[in-house]
Amino acid sequence: MEPTSTSAAGDAGANAEAEAADTGTPPAAEKNFTTMSGRPVRAKYGPDDLKGDPADKIGEPGQYPFTRGPYESMYRGRNWTMRQFAGFGTVEETNERFHYLLEHGQTGLSTAFDMPTLMGYDSDHARSLGEVGREGVAVDTLDDMEILFGGIPLDKVSTSMTINAPAAMLLAFYVLVGERQGVRPENLAGTILTDFLKDYIAQKEWCFPVEPAMRLVTDMVEYCTDNMPRWHPISISGYHIREAGATASQELAFTLKNGFTYVERAIERGIDVDAFAPRLSFFFNSHIDFFEEIAKYRAARRIWARELKETYGAKKPESMRLRFHTQTAGVSLTAQQPLNNIVRTAIEALAGVLGGTQSLHTNSFDEALALPTEEAVRVALRTQQIIKEETGVTNTVDPLGGSYFVESLTDELEADAYDYFRRIDELGGMVEAVRQNFPQREIGEAAFTFQRELDDKERLIVGVNSHRHEEEEVPLLHIDPALEAKQVERLKKTKEERSQAEVDAALTELKKVAEDGGNMMYPIIEAARARTTEGEMVGALQDVFGTYTETPVF
Amino acid sequence: MEAASTSVKRKIRVVVAKPGLDGHDRGAKIIARALRDAGMEVIYTGLHQTPEQIAETAIQEDADAIGISILSGAHMTLVPKIVELLEAQGVDDVLLTVGGTIPKRDIERLKNLGVAEVFTPGSSTDEIVDFIRSGVEGRTRAI
Repeated sequence: MEPTSTSAAGDAGANAEAEAADTGTPPAAEKNFTTMSGRPVRAKYGPDDLKGDPADKIGEPGQYPFTRGPYESMYRGRNWTMRQFAGFGTVEETNERFHYLLEHGQTGLSTAFDMPTLMGYDSDHARSLGEVGREGVAVDTLDDMEILFGGIPLDKVSTSMTINAPAAMLLAFYVLVGERQGVRPENLAGTILTDFLKDYIAQKEWCFPVEPAMRLVTDMVEYCTDNMPRWHPISISGYHIREAGATASQELAFTLKNGFTYVERAIERGIDVDAFAPRLSFFFNSHIDFFEEIAKYRAARRIWARELKETYGAKKPESMRLRFHTQTAGVSLTAQQPLNNIVRTAIEALAGVLGGTQSLHTNSFDEALALPTEEAVRVALRTQQIIKEETGVTNTVDPLGGSYFVESLTDELEADAYDYFRRIDELGGMVEAVRQNFPQREIGEAAFTFQRELDDKERLIVGVNSHRHEEEEVPLLHIDPALEAKQVERLKKTKEERSQAEVDAALTELKKVAEDGGNMMYPIIEAARARTTEGEMVGALQDVFGTYTETPVF
Repeated sequence: MEAASTSVKRKIRVVVAKPGLDGHDRGAKIIARALRDAGMEVIYTGLHQTPEQIAETAIQEDADAIGISILSGAHMTLVPKIVELLEAQGVDDVLLTVGGTIPKRDIERLKNLGVAEVFTPGSSTDEIVDFIRSGVEGRTRAI
């Protein structure tokens, strides 16, 4: 953009190199060399840093303990799914964005819901005022869901839905859209987040107290095990934990521990571990510290494989094989000099790919300012396509396997995770640790430390506390405030057209099952079919279970 | 700084408030802690507060300042509501600041409503602490 100054800087760099060559090796700078998570890093790593038997610990791609990747052929066999998270405004607008992304080579869909939908409030609820369609798309009833996926054959795409507390209601809507398209549940492919534990820890979009929420997630696992073999009923998510300020180790440890907790609940329900474990998937963040992130993914696969096999008695390799979606770190994006975010996202995406991700969302450069424009989303998708088609990094499986540094970092992250598992077990397990605010406090501490380091310029972020300059403005997506009224109007119409008697009966049945301890997925599907709203279903369950209030710690 | 703070009879009381349905409390908690470390009395409301709850907390706690943290995009609905409720209760001496993902065009609109400052991503905690301290002390002296 400024060719003169760029070439000048280049010349200066060349001179400095020449000077260093004249005077021998320059001494190392006096500073603490650490990863962004505060992990000390040495100047070099060598063969002595590879501890244990490499054949056991690192092994082969596609084989236990899967450190090098879940599949033998990795991206030679199948590329990662390019899955851009999209959702804003009305279902019509989001549907248009879905079609746009598919036309531009995206290979899977990912739905972002607005805050009221995430919290189980309908668009006409008082708490929804000003929030409808702002941070995602508003979905109240089956009618909305039909428009959202209009013209998209559900047997041909895989869909991810980022929804947790009311996940069962949204899954019910999706199953019914499939039904209307003539696609049976067993042919629907995709993922729904459903990871409630991380909501109490980090994302903070809850509807129910912890125990009933755990029951609901187990109901969904059971339903999907019986009816939806191509569906992932939980995506165990570190993404939000990291965004809330966790270190790489904390993201790894808390996410895996949440995962083990779901496994334990399903086993307690009497479901065979090998029947559901292959349908569990993960969702990790990719932050800007390149090698630490890659090591995190490799450690995650190794720990999951070992624990599923040795602690939970899984027999099938598929149950031990951790597969994950990656999203580049939203929190690493800066509102200042937003075009720089394209570079950050590319580096983070590359870390995800070198770490062996199965699907990837790349953030758009304008997302520290607003929801992304069409152009910004296209650049983000193109970033993935450039990595895949131009860089050659997909040619060989796990190209960093055996790197002294990466393998050492992998070992260190693994050890950190086990240290956290022990501390959590001492508190009585993850549910109890969450109740006692343990992970929340650890994350808050890490976030505060990071901010202090930024304020003290011990850590630098270009455009924020280094290399600042007068801002360029980028065009932003503005959500039309009129859409809220439009959505409320549609909801009103649905309520007028449906049979209230059917809705009432469905809600009564849902409450009865909730009280009696049966699987709630079935009455939720029937209620959704009667065009009961998401908020009505959540409200019925809250009548039975109550709600959740956090005791905040800072 | 020191001379100014000794002239203030009590600690500065700040309500850190999270209106809206979003769960992004990382910033609010960091600011709450930084203000507390700077010697202020901090009341953090917790998440998902209605404008009514926030105004009520500010009045009950006799707050000198309110820091509203909002990243849900609903700032142009919720902040005016809070301002309106405070005015209706005759509260006109509270320093009101907003932090979050606020587009430039909305910053001016919020300031016109009486918001003293809007802190966007990348603001340092020192900057925010200093602003609240000098803002509250300035108002105290003026009275």
